[in-house]
Amino acid sequence: MSQRTPLLQVQNLHASVDGKEILRGVDLTVEAGEVHAIMGPNGSGKSTFAQVLAGHPAFAVTEGSVRYRGRDLLPLKPEERAREGLFLAFQYPVAIRGITNAYFLRSALNAVRKQRGEEELGPVEFMDLLEAKLKLIGWDDSFLDRPVNEGLSGGEKKRNEILQMAVLEPKLAILDETDSGLDIDALKTVAQAVTLLRRPDNAVVLVTHYNRILTHIAPDFVHVLSGGRIVKSGGKDLALELEEKGYNEWAQDEAPVA
Amino acid sequence: MSSGIEAQVLQPYKYGFVTDIEADVVRPGLSEDTIRLISAKKREPEWMLDWRLKAYRHWLKMTEPRWSHVSYGPIDYQAISYYAAPKAMPKLDSLDQVDPKLLETFEKLGIPLGEQKRLTGVAVDAVFDSVSVGTTFRETLAKQGIIFCAISDAIREHPDLVRKYIGTVVPPNDNFFAALNSAVFTDGSFAYIPKGVRCPLELSTYFRINAGSTGQFERTLIIAEEGSYVSYLEGCSAPIRDEHQLHAAVVELVTLDDAEIKYSTIQNWYPGDAEGRGGIYNFVTKRGKCIGRNSKISWTQVETGSAITWKYPGCILQGDNSIGEFYSVAVTNNRQQADTGTKMIHLGKNTRSTIVSKGISAGRGQNTYRGLVKIMKGAEHARNYSQCDSMLIGDQCGAHTFPYIDVRNSTAIMEHEASTSKIGEDQIFYCKQRGLSAEDAVSMIVNGFCKEVFKELPMEFAIEAQRLLGISLEGSVG
Repeated sequence: MSQRTPLLQVQNLHASVDGKEILRGVDLTVEAGEVHAIMGPNGSGKSTFAQVLAGHPAFAVTEGSVRYRGRDLLPLKPEERAREGLFLAFQYPVAIRGITNAYFLRSALNAVRKQRGEEELGPVEFMDLLEAKLKLIGWDDSFLDRPVNEGLSGGEKKRNEILQMAVLEPKLAILDETDSGLDIDALKTVAQAVTLLRRPDNAVVLVTHYNRILTHIAPDFVHVLSGGRIVKSGGKDLALELEEKGYNEWAQDEAPVA
Repeated sequence: MSSGIEAQVLQPYKYGFVTDIEADVVRPGLSEDTIRLISAKKREPEWMLDWRLKAYRHWLKMTEPRWSHVSYGPIDYQAISYYAAPKAMPKLDSLDQVDPKLLETFEKLGIPLGEQKRLTGVAVDAVFDSVSVGTTFRETLAKQGIIFCAISDAIREHPDLVRKYIGTVVPPNDNFFAALNSAVFTDGSFAYIPKGVRCPLELSTYFRINAGSTGQFERTLIIAEEGSYVSYLEGCSAPIRDEHQLHAAVVELVTLDDAEIKYSTIQNWYPGDAEGRGGIYNFVTKRGKCIGRNSKISWTQVETGSAITWKYPGCILQGDNSIGEFYSVAVTNNRQQADTGTKMIHLGKNTRSTIVSKGISAGRGQNTYRGLVKIMKGAEHARNYSQCDSMLIGDQCGAHTFPYIDVRNSTAIMEHEASTSKIGEDQIFYCKQRGLSAEDAVSMIVNGFCKEVFKELPMEFAIEAQRLLGISLEGSVG
């Protein structure tokens, strides 16, 4: 197993925004089939890490390397990363008025399928595929004609992110605080969907502040990110430990960053 | 905001070519003699000349309006040529006999006129500078009693109808530019839909400015008799030139009882270059009068061209239960300025109006919505809904909204909504993270923003409009 190429290999990653360094040497290796949880106090750089992997233009990588499926990820544009199967479930999904979910999803899927050398789907074929995915998150058809993320509650937006993930079938899904703002039922639905989407050839990186979701999605590894670095890694028991002790142990060592 | 995103909003102007054709251009300058000359060239009856001269004398006493939110240098009305027409244009029996250069020009603009190639389902009146080159499907329409021809022809062939209605919706002294148009108008379209007839084709006029140093002053009059219906489309373009050219049109619509006119415009006059050199000054008066009960006039406009746009297509809702609508997308990029909106004047009982305005500003563009909703004393239970949305792309452009509301009857119901948004990096990034290219992302966002207006356009026009905005069609219409 250790001989194969990791899905994601992050080494000594430094990144800054507006000249201010936020990531200060992150190391992380994710193999296919694994679920990793990245936990940490507010301002530790968790969301930045997720955004940097997706290629958000506001962040500059100043040092280190990221290899994804055996190739250098950093020169790739955000849309190229997406088409290569890297998916980010946003913490704050953006609304696009006037564009229906059905159209948006099909455009996104076809962009990914084109990259994979698969045929693009027409509206009818796509609808069949979508019906099945909708069931996964417990929604009905009426959702499809609504504009993307417009008029949705915070929880519904998060569910929509998971629906998009289900449709796009990414190799690496990064879930940025998808659990925040969800009530207990929605949390369960989201967790179940993520669990169902697990396959031996894909992986999930869960960025979260709370242990809550980890009782539904069992992670293989838990990492603590603090002050822009991973300061501790362990199994799922680490999450329980954090729940009891809080993040103070690490937060005091490092000046908190924005 | 990266300039890349802004550049995608408007593609380079594609209609800027000049047709090399020998033209009969009258000397620049405006006087009673100029008007007599135009009238003579059009072989007009005496009453028409008198009407023009009266308008001109009125115009002399008026001053150019400067209340709009646009800035431009003085216009020298004596430096403009008021008539230009391709030479050797005998009255033709068939469009196939038209000068091949003219046919080629319109074909290049996507408007084939020849018998073999012409668009099915759309009757076209093609206006080149000051004259109508020809009108397709004239005979087909005539079988149902529909008149669709150049207004110059209508003045000679249907003087009673023209005389009865011209100037009744936009009086010659309505405003400075309407007065100027009334004095010097050259061509435009005339349509008459008889009682109870639903026009089987879309009627369409395409206006092309070709000659330099000229102005275009077209006039359109559409009359929908009791219980009739017509959908009319208007398009336009002009060559790329360093000078500004003046376009001052007047459009009048009349609906009688239970009649409906749907009027759509795609305005794509040359907008000028990135530094604001050249471009059309577009000062237009468009108004419809719902004379009859239960009648309806609907304006839809997509304004992407012109250096300056000054137009307020409006409705006078005179008949009880009549309906007025205004749907608009106005785009200003580079140094373009638009001051556009509508006027809804409610006179009759239970009259209703809807206003949906979408302004998109990019570059250093300035986009203003200006609208008036007036509910008169007798307009019991009138209703208006207005929605004005602005989108900003980049941080050097501007969006402005001036809604005027004048209500003189307490039973009126008025609703007004307004929003301003900015295409943000976050929206673009979100789309990209789902695999869409930057171009597709911008298209999608702009397209979604304009959707409520685009869905009002006839299908062919919706495609054209979206193409103009650099937008792919799929998923946004309907």
